[in-house]
Amino acid sequence: MEFIKRYLPIAGLLGIVIGVQLLTSATDTAYYLTQLTMAAYYSLLIIGLCVLMGYAGQISLGHAGFFAIGGYLSAALTSNDFSAYRETAVMRFMDTAGLLLHRQSLYGEPLLNIQPWPACIIAVVVAIIIAFLLGIPVLKLKGHYLAMATLGFGIIIFRVALAAEFFGEADGISEVPPFQLFPGVSVTGDFSDRVQNYYIAWGLLLLGLVLLLNLIHSRVGRALRSIHGSEEASEAIGVNTARYKLYTFVISAAFAAIAGSFLTHYNGGIGPSEAGVMKSVRYVAIVAVGGMANLWGVLIMGILLNFMSLRGMFGTYDDAVFGVILILIMLFAPQGILSLRIRNIFRTKRNDT
Amino acid sequence: MKNIVKKAVVAIAAVGMLALPGLQAAMADTIKIGAILAVTGPSFLGVPEANTLKMLTDELNARGGLNGNKVELIIKDSGGVPEKAISFAKQLIEEEKVFAIIGPSTSGATMKIKNIAEQSETLLLSCAAAEVIVNPVAKWVFKTPQMDSDAVRKIYMEMNKMNISKIAVVVGNTGFGQAGKGQLLEIAPEYGIDVVISEVYDKAATDLSAVVAKLMANKDIQAVVNWSIVPAQSIIIKNIRQAGWDVPIFQSHGFGNIKFVQAAGDAAEGVIFPAGRLLVADVLPEDNPQKEVLVKYKNDYESKFKEDASTFGGHAYDAFKILCRAIEQVGVDKHKVREAIENMKGFVGTGGVFNFTPENHNGLGLDAFEMMTVKDGKFTLYQK
Amino acid sequence: MELSLFLQYLFAGITYGIIYAIVAIGFNIIYNTTGIINFAQGEFLMLGGMISISLLHFMPLPAAITVAVVITMLVGALIEIVFIRWIENPSVLRMIVITIGISIIIREAALHIWGESVRALPYFIGSAVTSVSILGTKISPQVLIVIGVCSVVVVFLSFFFKFTSIGREMRACAANRRAATLCGINVKNMVTFSFMLSAGIGALAGAVMSPITYSQYDNGTGLAIKGFTVAIMGGLGNSPGAVAAGLMLGIIEAFSISVLPLAFQDAVAIAILLIILFIRPHGLFGSSEAARLKEF
Repeated sequence: MEFIKRYLPIAGLLGIVIGVQLLTSATDTAYYLTQLTMAAYYSLLIIGLCVLMGYAGQISLGHAGFFAIGGYLSAALTSNDFSAYRETAVMRFMDTAGLLLHRQSLYGEPLLNIQPWPACIIAVVVAIIIAFLLGIPVLKLKGHYLAMATLGFGIIIFRVALAAEFFGEADGISEVPPFQLFPGVSVTGDFSDRVQNYYIAWGLLLLGLVLLLNLIHSRVGRALRSIHGSEEASEAIGVNTARYKLYTFVISAAFAAIAGSFLTHYNGGIGPSEAGVMKSVRYVAIVAVGGMANLWGVLIMGILLNFMSLRGMFGTYDDAVFGVILILIMLFAPQGILSLRIRNIFRTKRNDT
Repeated sequence: MKNIVKKAVVAIAAVGMLALPGLQAAMADTIKIGAILAVTGPSFLGVPEANTLKMLTDELNARGGLNGNKVELIIKDSGGVPEKAISFAKQLIEEEKVFAIIGPSTSGATMKIKNIAEQSETLLLSCAAAEVIVNPVAKWVFKTPQMDSDAVRKIYMEMNKMNISKIAVVVGNTGFGQAGKGQLLEIAPEYGIDVVISEVYDKAATDLSAVVAKLMANKDIQAVVNWSIVPAQSIIIKNIRQAGWDVPIFQSHGFGNIKFVQAAGDAAEGVIFPAGRLLVADVLPEDNPQKEVLVKYKNDYESKFKEDASTFGGHAYDAFKILCRAIEQVGVDKHKVREAIENMKGFVGTGGVFNFTPENHNGLGLDAFEMMTVKDGKFTLYQK
Repeated sequence: MELSLFLQYLFAGITYGIIYAIVAIGFNIIYNTTGIINFAQGEFLMLGGMISISLLHFMPLPAAITVAVVITMLVGALIEIVFIRWIENPSVLRMIVITIGISIIIREAALHIWGESVRALPYFIGSAVTSVSILGTKISPQVLIVIGVCSVVVVFLSFFFKFTSIGREMRACAANRRAATLCGINVKNMVTFSFMLSAGIGALAGAVMSPITYSQYDNGTGLAIKGFTVAIMGGLGNSPGAVAAGLMLGIIEAFSISVLPLAFQDAVAIAILLIILFIRPHGLFGSSEAARLKEF
């Protein structure tokens, strides 16, 4: 019964995903899939952040930083030319292992890039390592100090992206090649591969969702909820709070990095705005609007708000609409706009753990 | 079970939303022109561009449109963010089925949608300055602002006349500054100029006296090139003069907005920079081929929007007019229009006299620039 | 390093530092009475600058700044009354999100009221090229005005909190809210007043800085981040700590330029902050004991 309860909504969501695709194809409005695909990638980051904030109770004002690590490393490794290093041992090894891509630039000069698969893996592993190393000291901090430390991390990543030539400075990186997942299936923004990419993005999102749902219903999830309730109390009953917090932090960072990597290949480029503080704030805001510890609510708001914003529905009032929604929800419905499961996460007293 | 019902409701609502815009099917005889402009956001180039496009569209439709077709302008505010520009470009192309796209305002965003325009064979007339947009040439991508490299050459020629050989380069951290820095460093040896030091400052910088101190301490520096499109460029000028340093200051064509002069106040006096002639339209000699176009645009814009016309609005003006002229010549066929633009000669715009070729999708040369300076708080032609 | 160059860096550093400190003090005033970090603090500076620029068309400079400060104080009071006052026992997370929301709304409102273009008050003395010479180094008199005004504000505040009854009552709220209530202090009004005071100080600083830094709808954000950094470095709620941390950060930033590219300046400043937080989680001058005893 428990099993059905957990996975039936996933099956329902899968049905909706397929339904939307069939409907748009039938009505000749398949162009909606573009923004739905992009929104799905952003939502992948957002549900990861949701578990960190809503379940482990740790705020992160720097998650755009992890997204950027994933996106920028993927872009730089697959688009920058490494010809100058071709004789180094690492590059030779990678070449024999088939991890390099030889191609020609628009001027006809030879280009040496790293294949998208290893690039993506490197990007995500780097993000995980950074999250791990950062998480150990940062997660000891509380409240505003934690907010500042994560904000600071985000700013450093933003500044590095903006200042480093390797990451394209202010223009970012353009002309990022497609990411071939399997023969015939690649992450690319080509109009002809739109349906395919819609399913890749949503498949990834559903996979992430299943992982997180399993996580929060497991021992880890119970431990997390106890941490959120009272760290001192859970320490006292023998929960290793530091480990669980770090675990969640690293998972959410990995989600962000994967989202960043895939979206960058889909968009064919990335710019410093993806690493900006306002982006991080936006993610936190969406998690808050969705209801913090409400994975489904956060998912729905993530898709909806990103979709509307990417379609330019708010015109020049994009940020303003966002601020207003944020404040209204926080003032009048702090449990989120779709309080499907009412959890009073703002009180320290909790009975459901 | 309740969950599923709720989700179904959400799904139906979502589908309903999707179906709505489908009703606004375009009328057959309307030419849709899309524009992706940074109306809000950190760069503020989009406002004069959007104003200009709206003004020109109204004017055109009042006169009966293009070859009898009404023109519909769809402006999307990218906020200067590339990922939004990508989304909007796809939306304009597939959904609105626009005939052409004007913009984006920034080079970062333009570079991200260059491929989308190529792939969908949609005309893209960028209002961003960076050279990479048209070099290498992409079949469907044009740009109207003058070449960075030409601005650099103009500056270096002037330096040669003044016997300046060691310079400092400071740029803002936007795509414009980045592109300028690249060109400044690359072309310097051609003119025997040595860039002693180069620094990048933040677009939101509040005071730059520390970096000015660093430059000033280097006694070799004979001139400073401040290449930027953000307001912080005025702070550098002020800080240099406040530190009592009377080094010649060269600016880029990104200085071509009188607001930057006002922001720098007295410190802007004597700054030298290359720019399009729009800034000095009133004092141009009558026989200048651009005089008529410039004065008309300037007067129209200023009387309508009650603010000074800037060269940025001029880039949008040129893009719009070039497109209109091509459509007038060959009709509403994007392949023919593309060819018409590629072979357009002697088009008089605000940025200069455009002469496109299949190899040159910018159409402007060195002569599009005029060296200017600031005198009594106004732009004027620079005379030695 | 030559003396004149050293002094130039030093003055630049002090200018940055004192500006950061004044923003940080704004954070601290509200934090001390409420436990809230008001992320809209930077917007008060922006409003101070923007409103006084608009008012300058109608009145002389001192009057324009005074009226701008008063208007911004009213905005501060309004924010507290509308958004903060009636929320019972808010969590830190919720207040962070709400004040971020407020800052977005103020910024967007400013964008649609004043447009995106950059403005500035005229220099109070002389013009953009006027400079005074100190030990052979030339600096703008406006820099001295900013340093002077900010110093006066800092001194005024410490007197205010020590020697006036309203200041003491505010400190009582900071120490223990419930005890303050029991002593007959109207804590809610104190909170409103702390928002007004913080807004007023921010607006004054914003107006005085305007000739140097310019005013633009979005220049509050960057200042707020720097101010927050300094407040955290100095230990939240510790205003002398904020001044010390502000000057330290400003001077480090200024001197870092001599060895590092300017583009990495912010990254350096933030990296220093992170290191400090990892070693001393409650800031350089904050006490972990005090932080634990705080109700919030």
